Parts: sequence; structure tokens; C-alpha cells
Amino acid sequence: MADKVILLDFWPSPFGVRARIALREKGVEFEYREENLRDKSPLLLQMNPVHKKIPVLIHNGKPVCESMNVVQYIDEVWSDKNPILPSDPYQRAQARFWVDFVDTKLYEPADKIWQTKGEEQETAKKEYIEALKILESELGDKPYFGGDTFGFVDIAMTGYYSWFEASEKLANFSIEPECPTLMASAKRCLQRESVVKSLHDSEKILAFAYKIRKIYCV
Amino acid sequence: MGKENSKVVVLAFWASPYAMRTKIALREKGVEFEVQEEDLWNKSELLLRSNPVHKKVPVLIHNDTPISESLIQVQYIDETWTDAASFLPTDPQSRASARFWADFADKTISFEGGKKIWGNKKGEEQEKGKKEFLESLKVLEAELGDKPYFGGETFGYVDITLVPFYSWFYALEKCGDFSVEAECPKIVAWGKRCVERNSVAASLPESEKVYQQVLKLRQIFGVE
Repeated sequence: MADKVILLDFWPSPFGVRARIALREKGVEFEYREENLRDKSPLLLQMNPVHKKIPVLIHNGKPVCESMNVVQYIDEVWSDKNPILPSDPYQRAQARFWVDFVDTKLYEPADKIWQTKGEEQETAKKEYIEALKILESELGDKPYFGGDTFGFVDIAMTGYYSWFEASEKLANFSIEPECPTLMASAKRCLQRESVVKSLHDSEKILAFAYKIRKIYCV
Repeated sequence: MGKENSKVVVLAFWASPYAMRTKIALREKGVEFEVQEEDLWNKSELLLRSNPVHKKVPVLIHNDTPISESLIQVQYIDETWTDAASFLPTDPQSRASARFWADFADKTISFEGGKKIWGNKKGEEQEKGKKEFLESLKVLEAELGDKPYFGGETFGYVDITLVPFYSWFYALEKCGDFSVEAECPKIVAWGKRCVERNSVAASLPESEKVYQQVLKLRQIFGVE
């Protein structure tokens, strides 16, 4: 039986991007369906009744929700190529730890950079850079968080890398002087075929960011 | 060095529901381990060194290598000691579902969530805390359904994630003046079932002890 894979997604979402990248890393054919987050489809509401959020991966009619959960699922089902998580339990624990760090320490400041101004935005910038510096120190001399290979943490981070330029312009700062080796790794990730195919260009994302700020009356 | 000669230490605090998860997981696998009790107001050098990013308990130290974050530890334990039954099912869809529900339980039934109940006097803030807590618990109860465990017939990952908070129910009920059993009878029945397991009974403190600890915290935080 041929696999039927559908991804419910929203084009600028840094979380949706993770699922797209993982599918492409594994060479999985999938149908991409754009959701209008202001008018969610009955399918989305049915497949993710708890959170009603994208991305949702629907594999042969069954849903998987939460972006890094989707990535892990993809890794387990299509296990024949490009492993995303390492096989050693300790390395896996480390990868999961840093993904948890990314999702708890980057998410809120990143959001606030987009949605606020003045002092609140300055505080968010500081927290964001602090978190990026901790990540940079974990990256060390490695080309990727996964070591020599693009992996679980890199996929999680690429969502945020795709928003770097927009965040810098919105809050008037530059990440490269603060985190040069992280930026080098980011550029490496942004050049991967699976990533290039999964991302829209930064101009579009920036235009979207300005639209969002208007909505928040900033 | 074989797993049989493993040295396993858990840096813990007796009332921490997060540390309870790790202890339950180790006991389920029959792993010998040592607990080092931490004073959270005066954290040990070892804790600060082993978990420099978050500085929190629990920390699992396996052959001198530290691992942080309770759910990550539970997964590590499951993947390292593979002779005993796995906490997760074998098929990817069921595994993804278990991870989803563990993540939901972890985010909604939490120490911070509980604090909205015990950390406030009777009033609007406390009522809000109670509402959020019970709403989330009801979603979990619906997911549990008529199954003996979240894992189905077998005790598993989601059960390990949530059951430590069973030991906190009494304290929350007393502070918030409500009954979890009246609102979520299946959850309470599930909790009682879990506590019959040796691993859980040995890892959860008595509810009365937790309540006394919460009263102490209320004093420290100046709640009435």
C-alpha cells in the first residue's frame, strides 16, 4: 500500500518548517496543505482537537501533532535513510535536552521581539541573545549541533534561523557579532537542499513580520 | 563497563513530582540507584555542576555522566535498560501519541500550575488556577477513558509522567477547597491503581507530608 502523507501547515511557521525539512531529508512524498489560521479547516480541528495548531502530519489517515514529535515520528517511520536522532541513548538525551532548551528559552523572547516595542522588546532581545549564546557554546566547533551531520537540534533551530533576518530588522540588532559560530552553522543549515525547498525567501517572511506587527498595533 | 556495574545517582527533592518520575522509571526497570536529597534553598556543588543550564532537580547521573530534565531521563532510562518492559509502545503512531499526551500532561499539570492554587488566597486568582487545573485534568481523563492505564493494559510513559502529581492532589484540594475525585473520578481511580505498583508506592511521598510542605511554602511566600 502506498503511503499517503499530508502536512497541514502555515507557510511562515518556524514549527511547520521543521516537519517539511524532516520529510524532505527522508525523501518522503507529501501533500502540503496551507491552513488559514484565522479560519481553520474542519480537517485541522478534527486531527488536532486538543491544540488546534499546525503542523499536523496525517499519515495514512492518522494524525501526529507537535512539531518535534512529528520530526521524531518521521525519523522512526522512515528509518532507512538520513537518521535525525543519534542511536546512542546518551546522545539522544542530549539532543532532546537542547531541543527542549530551544523551545523553552527561544520561543517567548522571539515572539516578544515581533509583538512588542520599547523596553519590553529590549528585554526580549537580551533574553534571546543570552539563549543563543548558550546554544553557541553548546555548538562549539561542530559544524552542526548533530556533530558532522545535520540532526534533531539543527532541524529545531532552522525554524528560528528562518526568522533571524526578520527579527534583526524588527528589533534593530545583529545576531552575527554576538554569535558568529552559531550564524555560520545557521548559514550551513539554510543552504541544505531540504531546507531551501522548505523555506520561503526572507523578503516574504519580513513582509509577513511587518503585517503581524501592525495587527499588534506596534 | 556493562550496565550491570552501572553507578546511578539521582539528585532529587522528596516532594518534587519531577524527581518522582525518574525514581519510578528506575524502579520499573529494577535499576539500583542512590538518591542524593537536595536542599533547594542551598543547592549542592554537584547539582550546580551537573545541571549548569537549569540548576534544577532531578538530575540523573549514570556512571558520572549527568542527564537533566525528567522526561528526557525517563526516555533515557527506557532506552538504556532494555531488558525490562519498555515504557513506550513499539509502533510509531502509538509512540507519537504517548509523547503527545506526556507533553500535554507535563505542560498542564505542573508545579507552576499547582502554585496558582496553593500560592493564592481564596479569590479570583485561585479560582482561575483551579479552573485551568481541572479543565486540563478532564481532558486527560477523557483520553484515559476506560483504560486501566494511559498506556492501555500496561503502565507506561504517560502514566509515569502524570502519577507523581497524584501525591499533590490532597494538598491542592485542601488549599483550594475542592475535590479532585468529585470532578475527575476516573483519574483518582487510575491514581489508586498506579500506587499499587511497587515502583510508584516507593517513589511517591504521603499526601499528608506533601500538604505539610505546601503549608510551609505558603508561609514562606506569605500567602495569608
